[in-house]
Amino acid sequence: MTVAAIFLPLLGAIVVGLFGRRLGDTLSQWLTCGAMGASALLAVPIFIDVALNGNAQTVPLLTFIDSGDLLVNWALKFDTLSAVMVLTVSCVSFLVHVYSIGYMHHDPGIPRFMAYLSLFTFFMYMLVTADNLVQLFFGWEGVGLASYLLIGFWYERPSANAAAIKAFVVNRVGDFGFALGIFGAFVLFGTISMDAMFAAAPEMAGASLTFLGAEVPALEIICVLLFLGAMGKSAQIGLHTWLPDAMEGPTPVSALIHAATMVTAGVFMVARMSPLFEYAPVAMAIVVVVGASTAFFAATIGCVQNDIKRVIAYSTCSQLGYMFFALGVGAYQAAIFHLMTHAFFKALLFLSAGSVIHAMSDEQDIRNMGGLWKHIKLTYLMMWIGSLALAGVPWFAGYYSKDMILEAAFAAGTGLGTMAFVLGIAAAFMTAFYSWRLLFLTFHGKPRANETVMAHVHESPAVMMVPLLGLAVGAVFSGMVAYTHFVGDKHPQFWGDSIAYNVQGQAQAGTMDGHAEAAPADESHAADDAHGDEAPAEEAHAAEVHAAAGHGDDAHHAGPDAGVLERAHHVPGIVKLAPLIVTAAGIFMAWVFYILTPTVPVRLARSFPGVHRFLLNKWYFDELYDWLFVRPMFALGRVLWKTGDGAIIDGLGPDGLAAVSRTVAARLRQFQTGYVYHYAFLMIIGVVVFVSWRLIGA
Amino acid sequence: MIEDMSLLSIITFLPLFGAACIILLVRGTEAEVAENSRWVALWTSGVTFLLSLGIWIGFDPSRADFQFVERVDWLPEYNIAYHMGVDGISLFFVLLSTFLTPLCVLASWDAIKSRVREYMVAFMVLETMMVGMFCALDYVLFYVFFEGVLIPMFLIIGIWGGPRRIYAAFKFFLYTLLGSVLMLVALLAMYLHAGTTDIPTLMNTTFPESWQIWLFLALLASFAVKVPMWPVHTWLPDAHVEAPTAGSVILAGVLLKMGAYGFLRFSLPMLPEASAQMADIIFVLSIIAVIYTSLVALAQEDMKKLIAYSSVAHMGFVTAGIFAMTQQAVEGAIYQMLSHGIVSGALFLCVGVVYDRLHTREIGRYGGLANNMPKYALVFMLFMMASVGLPGTSGFVGEFLVMLGVFKVNTLVALLIATGVILGAVYMLFLYRRVVFGKLEKADVKAMLDLNPREMAVFAPLVIVVLWMGIYPSSFLDPIHASVDNLITQYEAALAAADGVSVAAR
Repeated sequence: MTVAAIFLPLLGAIVVGLFGRRLGDTLSQWLTCGAMGASALLAVPIFIDVALNGNAQTVPLLTFIDSGDLLVNWALKFDTLSAVMVLTVSCVSFLVHVYSIGYMHHDPGIPRFMAYLSLFTFFMYMLVTADNLVQLFFGWEGVGLASYLLIGFWYERPSANAAAIKAFVVNRVGDFGFALGIFGAFVLFGTISMDAMFAAAPEMAGASLTFLGAEVPALEIICVLLFLGAMGKSAQIGLHTWLPDAMEGPTPVSALIHAATMVTAGVFMVARMSPLFEYAPVAMAIVVVVGASTAFFAATIGCVQNDIKRVIAYSTCSQLGYMFFALGVGAYQAAIFHLMTHAFFKALLFLSAGSVIHAMSDEQDIRNMGGLWKHIKLTYLMMWIGSLALAGVPWFAGYYSKDMILEAAFAAGTGLGTMAFVLGIAAAFMTAFYSWRLLFLTFHGKPRANETVMAHVHESPAVMMVPLLGLAVGAVFSGMVAYTHFVGDKHPQFWGDSIAYNVQGQAQAGTMDGHAEAAPADESHAADDAHGDEAPAEEAHAAEVHAAAGHGDDAHHAGPDAGVLERAHHVPGIVKLAPLIVTAAGIFMAWVFYILTPTVPVRLARSFPGVHRFLLNKWYFDELYDWLFVRPMFALGRVLWKTGDGAIIDGLGPDGLAAVSRTVAARLRQFQTGYVYHYAFLMIIGVVVFVSWRLIGA
Repeated sequence: MIEDMSLLSIITFLPLFGAACIILLVRGTEAEVAENSRWVALWTSGVTFLLSLGIWIGFDPSRADFQFVERVDWLPEYNIAYHMGVDGISLFFVLLSTFLTPLCVLASWDAIKSRVREYMVAFMVLETMMVGMFCALDYVLFYVFFEGVLIPMFLIIGIWGGPRRIYAAFKFFLYTLLGSVLMLVALLAMYLHAGTTDIPTLMNTTFPESWQIWLFLALLASFAVKVPMWPVHTWLPDAHVEAPTAGSVILAGVLLKMGAYGFLRFSLPMLPEASAQMADIIFVLSIIAVIYTSLVALAQEDMKKLIAYSSVAHMGFVTAGIFAMTQQAVEGAIYQMLSHGIVSGALFLCVGVVYDRLHTREIGRYGGLANNMPKYALVFMLFMMASVGLPGTSGFVGEFLVMLGVFKVNTLVALLIATGVILGAVYMLFLYRRVVFGKLEKADVKAMLDLNPREMAVFAPLVIVVLWMGIYPSSFLDPIHASVDNLITQYEAALAAADGVSVAAR
């Protein structure tokens, strides 16, 4: 059953991908949706069995790579974490498959599109069920391939092709770090099987590794390198530039891959590797900083973008930042909780935006919209639900998960945690602002589109609206329903051993007034120093992890030895209220700006042209990279080719040699002709060079 | 048992027999001669391939020594013998050669129109030389085959090549022969010291340290050119550009492997101390090869040149892996060679498909082929991804193992060659985009037809092997283990012994 759930989408993708033209559009759609639907149905009993009944299991399939002391298997690992991911991915993917029937209905490449979607889902499954890092990497690069193919789906558009290449290459930069992280893990642990690594992690906490000639703490460097991969895939600041461009792909792709599932793979990976990250305080601090900065920075850009999909794309980037700083403060469960709720409401927002675009005859600029609500009421309602969930308005999904993250950041009690909390609150304000800016500009005010477009505005067909309703149910209820299990009372039993229980902040929490500014790194070193000997400290630490895991019920109190999640439930009331207040303020400001006095934004942009341009141009990251990497790389390539290969190597080598040998041979023709001479000549040169090199060297 | 004993010889010389048949038996009008030559070549190489599968089936993966050994005295007064055999290192190179040759014959079916008989003869002779070289266990025999490969290849480029074929063939010959002269010197020196040219015996001979470095350099001159390593790589792009498609396939698929095979067969086991001393220099050259040629590949406008430069970069991984001398790195290097043999061969065939239709290799002349050649687009995509090293394809396993193995020895080298993985994605994706994606605008490109059944028959086995090697590498890695393990053990033992000697001398 488990195997069928995972491989059905692959089967659909292969059949439709190879024979789609012969099968026809309708049959292709039925086959892929059917396979995906069956997979989603199978995911439910798997989830119940594995997550709710606690029957974690690993299904071995085949040997993958076996070389020396390296042994990698193909296997499907089902524990609560992967079961949650499989269920989320399969539900959203199935709904997106169905939606695509309506959305892609005019497209000539329907079988190809459906096959790509199914192929993507398969790779995503392989990613989340991997029981070792190499299989994880297989899924990781596989979803990258699917993303590349789908971004460039409309391959006749130069912008789509450029965006596809950009996505693949930027991800490769992240994967470069990921791969090095895998190598480091192998050198340290002698295995890359997750269970074995996690079991050995406590002993390795003090180990060091020689990296680039320096002795560095092994787990720190491994986690930082792995996180580099996560940054690429999850579009964190610095490696985020591909995500907004990825909106060149069809909207269902944006919803499934670039909002709900693939981009969250980085979050999943850090949560998956949490038993290692637990022993890497510096890496965790980096995760907090990167996550919090991304949450803030992407939100600022989201406030001024005019393309409906790009606004949502930056919003995704920002929400991923939330998930990362949650991971960084050790609230892994909260991050996965937000990942799950976000999958529903962000997919809902994207698909609703797709419905708007569909209604507007492919217009994506919100400056050319307005006044649509009367014409597409159901889409309007969906967009409201999505925005309410995203902004974290009470009792919608995002309310539970986002607030949990902010509270956890505050409860971490570290300087960085507080910084993440402050940036998160600021981002929450902007989230509310740009979401309602989008709503107001799109649906309210006077229509700004021309009359032919407006006359054509129509609600999307049922095949598109039903999936929206499905996602809307998730966006409303998923937070409420899952709260107790994911982060509430039952979370220790629910997660089992699949995620580490953070206990790092505890020593800190006890002496919070003492040095509230200390970074987690300092704190852990301080602990080590205090004990003098490292080993007992680590043992105690490990024992606490087990205590937290084993006696979850007892752990549920807000004492100083409780994990960050427990403490998050007991933060001061003002911390719990703050997100609500700023959200309300953000919505109000959007209302003032775009309904009450629509001249304000224009005047504001005029009074601060520098700021506005800086945000509109996305902090100039693209320009910077173009100037720093892209141009020099191509230019260097040309120089190396023409000068290096052409003038120097060939000039001094064969061509030059031929010329020299011709002149010399002409003079010495009487006793030496042609080639033999010139080999000897070269040999002598070689000998001379070598001897002198040896002499100088010695 | 008798068949077993002579299987390698049969596989080696069957193509030569086929060549003789083509010369002696094929008669008739020009068209008939061409047609019959093709069929004889296809049958001969096809049967050779099937027979060569027998080596794989009969190969005992638990043994590290040479199997299917044949030994006949050749020049007994000089202690030179006709000695053949395969171990885990050479096994798959033999199979690679016999696998690619029938595909090359098939790929040349319509593309070669003049002197078909001579062309097919050249290919059959080439196959004999390649297989013989990988099976040879006597240095003299090896040398004969190693040099013998050059002659048919030289002719294939020089006669059936493009407009600058004479320059390219000259450059190819000049470079490779230059190396060969020094290799011959090394051969003589080793013979003088050991009194034999028997390879297994030489492997167990300890050469004095003062000799080792010179012997190593002499061999390096020959092998580095073949690999090719930076900076003696510039013959490769020219040779590829001018060679006919099938010539490029063999050149990239098999001939480039001869150098690296030489390192594994001669340099490391016979000259371990010199190898250890020179490893850092090889690392540096490998890093330069990976980064430099990847950047150069970015600037190319000619499809074949781009893939040729990418070959140099990929072989940079191989040389780095070999000289890292860890189990994973060496196995990865061998795997990378096999994968590169299949993938770059397939990529040259992909270029050949469009070249046959439009007669240009200029990237800018194409565009939008996904519209009218969807099958081609799919096949090309798969091989492009394999070249980029996507997990699930053959390209990943080799690169991954090499980088893992190198990381154990030197993290900086691993880090630097890993940048090649990023750059590789850039130039391949740009190539694919410009050829296959985009709008279909040019009239002559619009008229191009999708893959025909013959071309599908050429690509199908390659597709299967690329995925097989990517998803279940154990089929290929298992027979390699024992021999590589043995190689490394011997190497380390030799180094330890040398250390002991130098310590004792002090």
